[in-house]
Amino acid sequence: MLRLECPNCGVRNAAEFRYGSEYTPRPSPSTDASDVEWTRFLYLRHNSMGVQTEWWYHRSGCGLWFLVERDRRTNAIARTWRWQPLDQPEIDAP
Amino acid sequence: MSLTLLRQGLGAKPPRMWHDRPLKNHYDVVIIGGGAHGLACAYYLAKDHGITNVAVVDKSYIGAGGSGRNTAIIRSNYLTPEGVRFYDASVKLYEGLAQDLDFNVMFSQRGHLTLAHNDGSVRTMRRRAEVNKLQGVDSRLVYPDELARICPQLDLSDHPRFPILAALYHPPGGIIRHDAVVWGYARGADQRGVDIHQYTEVTGLALTNGAVTGVQTTRGDISAGLVLSATAGWASNVAAMAGLELPLDTFPLQACVTEPLKPFLDVVVVSGSLHVYVSQSDRGELVMGASVDPFTSYNVAGSLDFLEGLSGHVLELFPFLSKARILRQWAGLCEMPPDFSPLMGITPVENFLIDAGWGTYGFKASPICGKTMAQLIATRRTPDLLRPFRLSRFAEFDQVGEKGAASVGH
Repeated sequence: MLRLECPNCGVRNAAEFRYGSEYTPRPSPSTDASDVEWTRFLYLRHNSMGVQTEWWYHRSGCGLWFLVERDRRTNAIARTWRWQPLDQPEIDAP
Repeated sequence: MSLTLLRQGLGAKPPRMWHDRPLKNHYDVVIIGGGAHGLACAYYLAKDHGITNVAVVDKSYIGAGGSGRNTAIIRSNYLTPEGVRFYDASVKLYEGLAQDLDFNVMFSQRGHLTLAHNDGSVRTMRRRAEVNKLQGVDSRLVYPDELARICPQLDLSDHPRFPILAALYHPPGGIIRHDAVVWGYARGADQRGVDIHQYTEVTGLALTNGAVTGVQTTRGDISAGLVLSATAGWASNVAAMAGLELPLDTFPLQACVTEPLKPFLDVVVVSGSLHVYVSQSDRGELVMGASVDPFTSYNVAGSLDFLEGLSGHVLELFPFLSKARILRQWAGLCEMPPDFSPLMGITPVENFLIDAGWGTYGFKASPICGKTMAQLIATRRTPDLLRPFRLSRFAEFDQVGEKGAASVGH
């Protein structure tokens, strides 16, 4: 069974969480992003056979959406962390 | 037939169904992926269009991926008119496939039931039945009185947590021997001059001025007039070699079989609400599957979660199976597009075609997919059946929301 470390609650069984999706940066709604950029954000995925940064949601816990780095060949989790705005330095999980 | 049997029984070596041939430097068409789709496409290229300088390459043995891991259910009772038309053309081809391939694929059209356990799903089933009828597909809503005659083994009482209210009955649906489909297509293609290269992994695509001109493999480079990726599960990785991103997420889909039981179940039983499908194979094993795993992965290890969840749901339908034992479980890879419809046809990269996004419904589409993709390759024109499933539909916001797929709950 996969276990994930929630940045708030610590290590929990994956059944407590909901998988979101691959992390894809969203075009800023305040800019004139083209249809091509929105299509890319909405639909296109790397879906690579390797390490992926992805969203998870602690559904049966604190309700936090957070980021996880997982190797999709083995399901080994490298790290989990709270989302940070892109222009601020990332803070690793405690 | 019997003479052949006698001769082979008397010691003559049985002929090989397909051969290991040396890798040529050039093929007109290279098909990546030796599953039912890739082999069917090669077969119809050779048979319908006389294009025989074709190679099918697979990183493993043929039929090792989704073609050998699915639960072998064939049906066409989908929800969208585009989907129903496409899958029904496939069922029609399956009906004549044993004759066409001269190989017994053991297609058993035993009837297919999709159960509804709440008002919402009864409504969906009614809608599906009407869409199906409009497309000429035999499909109708049945209620517990008739259901008791079609499948008396079901617990139709009000004891279960989610009692059965009605079902979508689809008589032409059934099961098939999936390995035989792969082998039959492989033999047919091989006989017509197609080269099947097993254990030949594609490591890269050769691109010249934005057009694909060849493939690099673990056994050497091949130049190619056209490359078709028919790699269920791994399509994103092949497309990445051509610099393309696809709207796909790869999930494992698990299935299992019980030990062989005496024949008792002669229909395919599916419940979208409970996420199960059950059929009994000719060997007596109950073949059971559920929806895709809760998170994406390329890891096909089985999980106890799946077995627990599935067994609980199967017992809701057939309580008398509580003593049946599970023989084995396995998983295959399903790449899910956001609208549960496949991606087929041309891509922005010249001479690179895809046959991808086959989620939980790829095997049943193999013959028609092979036939229409072969037509596209031969004529360079997209057949009408394929047009709704073009890759560009996402950029055009013209998706085909196929909520009749097995992974969609109702």
